[in-house]
Amino acid sequence: MAEAVHIALAGNPNAGKTTLFNYLTGARQHVGNYPGVTVEKKEGISHHKGQDFRVVDLPGTYSLTAYSVEELVARDYLVNEQPDVVVNIVDASNLERNLYLSCQFLELGVPLVIALNMIDVAEKRGIRIDTEKLSQLTGVPILPIVARNGKGVEELLKTVQTLRNAPPPPRTLIRYGADIDEALRELVPSIKEHKLLAGIYPPSWTALKILENDEQIVAKVMLENMVVGQQLIDRSESLARHLQDTIEAYPETVIADHRYGFIRSILRQGEVTRMSDQDRLYASDQIDKVVTNRVAGPLLMAAVLLGLYSFTFNWSGFMVDWMSLLFEMLGNLTEAILPDGPIKSMIISGVIDGVGGVLGFVPIIMFMFFGIAVLEDSGYLARVAFMMDRIFHFFGLHGSSVMPFIISGGIAGGCAVPGVLAARTLRSPKERMATLLTVPFMNCGAKLPVLTLIIAAFFPAHQAKYMFLATLVTWLVALMAAKFLRMTLLRGESTPFVMELPPYRMPTAKGLLIHTWERTWQYIKKAGTVILGISILLWAMMTYPGLPADEVAEFEAMRQQAVAVSAEEEALLRIDGLQAEAGLRHSLAGHIGMALEPVTHFAGFDWRTNIALVGGFAAKEVIVSTLGTAYSLGEVDPKKTTSLKDRLANDRHWNPIAALAFLFFIMFYSPCFVTVIAIAKEAGSWKWAFFSMGFNTLFAFSMAVGIFQLGSLLGVG
Amino acid sequence: MNLRNMQTGQSGIIASIKIGGSLGLRIREMGLVPGTEITVTGRAPLYDPVKLRLHGQTLTLRNSEADHIEVETDPAEGKY
Repeated sequence: MAEAVHIALAGNPNAGKTTLFNYLTGARQHVGNYPGVTVEKKEGISHHKGQDFRVVDLPGTYSLTAYSVEELVARDYLVNEQPDVVVNIVDASNLERNLYLSCQFLELGVPLVIALNMIDVAEKRGIRIDTEKLSQLTGVPILPIVARNGKGVEELLKTVQTLRNAPPPPRTLIRYGADIDEALRELVPSIKEHKLLAGIYPPSWTALKILENDEQIVAKVMLENMVVGQQLIDRSESLARHLQDTIEAYPETVIADHRYGFIRSILRQGEVTRMSDQDRLYASDQIDKVVTNRVAGPLLMAAVLLGLYSFTFNWSGFMVDWMSLLFEMLGNLTEAILPDGPIKSMIISGVIDGVGGVLGFVPIIMFMFFGIAVLEDSGYLARVAFMMDRIFHFFGLHGSSVMPFIISGGIAGGCAVPGVLAARTLRSPKERMATLLTVPFMNCGAKLPVLTLIIAAFFPAHQAKYMFLATLVTWLVALMAAKFLRMTLLRGESTPFVMELPPYRMPTAKGLLIHTWERTWQYIKKAGTVILGISILLWAMMTYPGLPADEVAEFEAMRQQAVAVSAEEEALLRIDGLQAEAGLRHSLAGHIGMALEPVTHFAGFDWRTNIALVGGFAAKEVIVSTLGTAYSLGEVDPKKTTSLKDRLANDRHWNPIAALAFLFFIMFYSPCFVTVIAIAKEAGSWKWAFFSMGFNTLFAFSMAVGIFQLGSLLGVG
Repeated sequence: MNLRNMQTGQSGIIASIKIGGSLGLRIREMGLVPGTEITVTGRAPLYDPVKLRLHGQTLTLRNSEADHIEVETDPAEGKY
């Protein structure tokens, strides 16, 4: 069999590139990241008449500039991997804009085939395209296809094979106007003479990029030959001044305008007619009259977001319950089989609970990704961004940030893990970073039992009001924190909001299922091993070194005495509780908790609280059970906290002010480690994950200290 | 007329776009180029961003982005 043909699929977002990719490769796909960035790389194998095709789905882009990571990734892939053929998917009903990207492939000189997609939709709308004429004018094979059902794809693959086996015809040369062309005529010979970036980019392309002030290329040229590079830059700056003086324009925009001039001239000759151009978007416009209406729009959006929320958490509930039951059974089985001792304890509390922690999130994540994929593929998500942008933009975020916030607990009870993963819909790195660093402030479902416990113990008369205030406070703090980050560490221009509102489309079942599974699998694969390791570590911290032998003997003596006196079950349980408390105090976590007391007492915390908060890093639910142990109540079910509530309410270390400080700390301190790992994965570096832990904890502690000290000063509570 | 000041339903042809750099390129990459006919089809609930129709697509821009675009306009019509 012949060697596989290497195809790179490229195109504008919404042009049907991924639909074609899914059609060609089906389930035979592999998803990873491009090296050094968090842009997804999708690759698959297609077989056709005895020939293998290795198909790579490049990120959807509108051009090949250096202004976004997706565009750089797409460009660098073409240059570094040199696919046999680039298949440029073009939306037949929006040729002018789509062909702009095609122009840039022509400039780069890659072997190119244009697949004119959705040709059936275009024809229905009265658009007639003479593909042979266009092909002559551009020097590129142009084939009509319908990616949705595979029509025309066979001919496309045949053309790809033909092109791969034959040298590409000469490129059509685009003209950029007298001033630009003159500058190019000066730069190109110099680039050739000094062999700058030779063998990587065509000299004319390199020259064009210098005139466009393309940062990546300018840096590469300077690295290779600083003297000649500086001369080229000087010429480029001279051109910029000339254009500013004569027509008040910029080189990069003059070049872009001339690309469009080229496109328009070939479209005029290609006999494209538009008898009823408006009809393509007519249905979407009618829907948008309601969906983005000033009054109905926000109400409908609230309903949709609530629906997504319910779908994510309620519909996945039965699967989460299955997971819990499965791991509970596994724990019970291990309990019965293994002898008592550290191995058993580690396997149950470290390994099984740790694995349960990973897999317990899977149903929620799957449902969340499926729901978001529906909203995204249908086109509705773009409307949400449109309606929310004014508010979120004020805080340095993007209209699309609303989704991660809702998922994380914008409506109390969400989960930051899927929320962080949902931030990948954001295109701008800085806005995405600000979003995923602040969504953990939302009140996730695991924080709710703790909040409920404390509020019930110290503010019993106003439980509903306090829970509502907790939600409101987290929104305000998260948005203000985002603004703070965007004004400091994540400073930078907002992503332009020049964005397409795609026409509404029915998502394909195949696309939805593939999207959902590939994203979920990435989470399981990458997060699983790290979470297991940390889970065992946390178990060890709360177990070792354990009680000294003499103290164990003391508790044993107490049991003997209790049995001798009355043999009451309650007395024995009390002794068990005291022993567990002592064991916890002697653990590494206990030592950390006591070591932190000199600092944390300013916030009203003691060693018991500190230990619970260390344990809460594993999962916020652990705070309740650890408090139970620390207060010698033994095992406390997070859902049955009456005794713990009463104990706290009567403890002299606790009062309403201390409780309020604790509440604030709980809401805002370090995300749980599963979320931290999700942040590390999405941010592409552990630096940001550790920053999230540090920043959040310092912030939470400052708030807690402020509340406790001010409250105590005022003598309240 | 500046794009920010156009009314919903109003059409025109882009006369000039006076911004370079990443925003200038981004605006053009999306098909907003001198000579293109556009129609304002709506505004977000808080009146920012604005929604535009040009042949084959619907785009959104923030008012701060629309400020850079000058349009030769027709009188407002009730197209939408």
